[in-house]
Amino acid sequence: MPIQPLIDAATAALNMVEPKPPLSPQEARIEANRCLFCFDAPCIMACPTGIDIPTFIRKITTDNLTGAARTILEANVLGASCARVCPTAMLCEGACVMLDLEKDPIQIGRLQRHATDHVAALGIDVLHAPAGKNGRTVAILGAGPAGLGCAAELARLGYAATVYDKKPAGGGLNTYGIAYYKMRPEVSLDEVRMIERLGVAFRYGVEIGRDVQPADLLRDHDAVFIGIGLGGANRLGIPGEDLPEVVDALDFIEWIHTRPLAEVPVGRRVAVLGCGNTAIDAVTQAKRLGAETATIIYRRGPGEMSAYPFEYDLAKTDGATFLFDTAALEVVAEQGHVAALRLAKTAVRDSRVAVVPGTEWIQPFDLVLKAVGQEKQAALLGQLFPGLKVDAKGRVEYDPASMQTSLPKVFVGGDAASGGREVVNAVAEGKKAARGIHALLAGAAESGPIQPSRLGMPDGAVGSGFDAPIRVHELEAALKQG
Amino acid sequence: MADLSIDFAGIKSPNPFWVASGPPSNTAHQAHRAFEAGWGGVVWKTIGEPIVNVSSRYSALTLGGMKMAGFNNIELISDRSPETNFDEIAEVKKRWPKHAVIASLMVDTRERWHEFVKRSADCGADGIELNFGCPHGMCERGMGSAVGQNPEVAETIVGWVMEAATIPVIVKLTPNITNVVYAARAAKRAGADAISLINTINSITNVNLDTLVPEPFVAGRSSHGGYCGPAVKPIALNMVHACAADPLVGLPISGIGGIGSWRDAAEFVALGSTSLQVCTAIMHYGFRIVEDMKDGLSAYLDSKGMRSLADLRGRAVTQVGDWQQLDLHYKRVARIDYEKCIGCNLCHIACEDGAHQCIDLVNSAPYGLGPGRVPGKPVPKVREDDCVGCNLCSIVCPVDGCITMTPVDTGRPAMSWHDYQAALAAGTMQPLPPHP
Repeated sequence: MPIQPLIDAATAALNMVEPKPPLSPQEARIEANRCLFCFDAPCIMACPTGIDIPTFIRKITTDNLTGAARTILEANVLGASCARVCPTAMLCEGACVMLDLEKDPIQIGRLQRHATDHVAALGIDVLHAPAGKNGRTVAILGAGPAGLGCAAELARLGYAATVYDKKPAGGGLNTYGIAYYKMRPEVSLDEVRMIERLGVAFRYGVEIGRDVQPADLLRDHDAVFIGIGLGGANRLGIPGEDLPEVVDALDFIEWIHTRPLAEVPVGRRVAVLGCGNTAIDAVTQAKRLGAETATIIYRRGPGEMSAYPFEYDLAKTDGATFLFDTAALEVVAEQGHVAALRLAKTAVRDSRVAVVPGTEWIQPFDLVLKAVGQEKQAALLGQLFPGLKVDAKGRVEYDPASMQTSLPKVFVGGDAASGGREVVNAVAEGKKAARGIHALLAGAAESGPIQPSRLGMPDGAVGSGFDAPIRVHELEAALKQG
Repeated sequence: MADLSIDFAGIKSPNPFWVASGPPSNTAHQAHRAFEAGWGGVVWKTIGEPIVNVSSRYSALTLGGMKMAGFNNIELISDRSPETNFDEIAEVKKRWPKHAVIASLMVDTRERWHEFVKRSADCGADGIELNFGCPHGMCERGMGSAVGQNPEVAETIVGWVMEAATIPVIVKLTPNITNVVYAARAAKRAGADAISLINTINSITNVNLDTLVPEPFVAGRSSHGGYCGPAVKPIALNMVHACAADPLVGLPISGIGGIGSWRDAAEFVALGSTSLQVCTAIMHYGFRIVEDMKDGLSAYLDSKGMRSLADLRGRAVTQVGDWQQLDLHYKRVARIDYEKCIGCNLCHIACEDGAHQCIDLVNSAPYGLGPGRVPGKPVPKVREDDCVGCNLCSIVCPVDGCITMTPVDTGRPAMSWHDYQAALAAGTMQPLPPHP
């Protein structure tokens, strides 16, 4: 049976209500007043874009919301979407000193949203580009978070930036690939418009290699930034994979963002293969769109899933079920449509996941969503940019200080460089690449994001000890190992 | 349980907590409710020639989300007739014979003072409080703080009152004066039985930045008002102490100014107060707050082995003196407990920018993981040789018990400024070197 929409618009709207609604002005003021205004605050260090969080929160306490938004957006041009989609418990809020006082951390994400919503609602532009351009141009491939972060920073440095994207609108995964209950696409599109007002040009519906040739870009521009993210979902390599109801989870999420909620087809019994954060987004939204059952099928145990703990909790709250240590062996068809999955239990043998013989069973499903990771773009990039060095995992090689690739005029950032991280990492890398480009073209000293509190420190004081923002959980993980 | 009852210049009260003269003591209805809640006394809202009030009367200072950290009013004395007020005092006194009811008065001429003093006694009031303190409205008519700010005038008027008084007379002092002790001495010279302080402080709490009119406003205009509430407590404590320590005053003191808890009350008693008056805290939370005030004060006295308030009264007065009596050789330094430190670094930046530059941020490696949740995060470290013991870091630290100001032995005998000057004059010591 082909899948079809299952619920009416009103129910869908209700199901997609944000779990964390905006703070009222009074709630924001009370929350902001809880902040201790730490000096050289750990939350700043935990933010990849290095937002001066205590400063913007202090501005909220004084009702200077425009100033708060300026502090945020100067460091992170996508501050509005990051306020909604950042895994704050793993970043700024996870570093909040309140945790060491046995108190709830300051709700930094929601306060950031409060400030950025204010300028968005009133149409106030807090960022500005110089009136005169410096005569240099940069081509940016991909209008996702990395490309936008790079383009905005370049515009503010006086460059003429042109962003190319194959989609009909900008924002990348922020517009097309975030769980609908976390962020509406309008927030992302608003950010794109703000960056347009900085003088950045956008060319949509353009595919590199088909509509625009890299050689032409390299000839016509002073530098090129690659922010094309990742490719489609990895192949499962099992029979039945090409049936019409076997869908890339990100494509399913894109349906939700490009058509009315009541017109999004969804299965009654949905299987999601994989257990990362995209799998969670897919399973929760399938449930919210009316699926009777939505099941995550994962080859390993709960301890190995890459989804964040709070995402796992959310999925359980939404009524998703989990089949751990289970592999899908075949998509079973009936009359050309998905009817079931043939599943089997798995076990780890010689540190490899293997199917346990004799444990097979057939379980009915009518929609299978693939969330087993996205393809790297190595082959494509190698073809587009001859000589571009790519590592064994298919990621573009780059200098982490400047994001410069093996081709001097070509810079990279976002998932194309990292293989898949958070929106905020992509923005930070885009921004860093913009400064790398500036260093190359203008001879400006390379300057990574510097902790505001590091400036003006007296001799001998160590300050934060970090020039670049760090991620708390990475350090903690490193510490556990070492 | 310690005995909380007091005898204040002959006015007996089951506990020291009195509702201060103000909006909460405006009617018999409120007085009944106050006594039912457990208050020991009520100082009636000031009785005088009926006045006319304005609409919009109060404003407040809100700090970091704390409402009414300071409070301001432009309300005048009672706007009810003297007959109504005296009748209601009689009614309240009849129902609550063992509680204290004090008539607060403010009139102008000698004859009017005589009349109102007599009517106060006739209605059964236990005492009279002379309102020489209101800083708005009435002072412009030659009453309130206009009297309290001029010791000679105050002395004259207290004299008039004493001519007719048959019950104890308390003079309520204004803080809007260079030295409150002169007004207190004037009250003493004129024969008053007690003083109460402080009345409210002249204030403008805030300016509405849209209209540019301060609040509260009346038809687009504002006026300075009387400031009170938690924020004025330090000013009140200082003035209470000044009166308690002055040998020429020697009067029982009713402490007023920012009292909202038993702790505040105990501090006022330790600095010489006998009764305690409360207004703003009642306006914020209602009469019910007295339950904890009594309970907590009694428990405190018990915990210190004190059997009554007399054991506490004035115990802190002699510990406060002139600066020149302080020991110049005493030293204490800040010590940070790294088990408790959360790494907010407020001590560092406060010391660095706001005080004496002796707390560095250093690598946390020798101290373990480092504070906060960020490994490698620097720790604040005090250079004890340079620490002047100013307390600032321990004041800004958000963690209880994390920074302790610890005395260190300098090996030098106590030396006051007096001793120092004497030693210099005698040539027995060289001048101390200036701070680098």
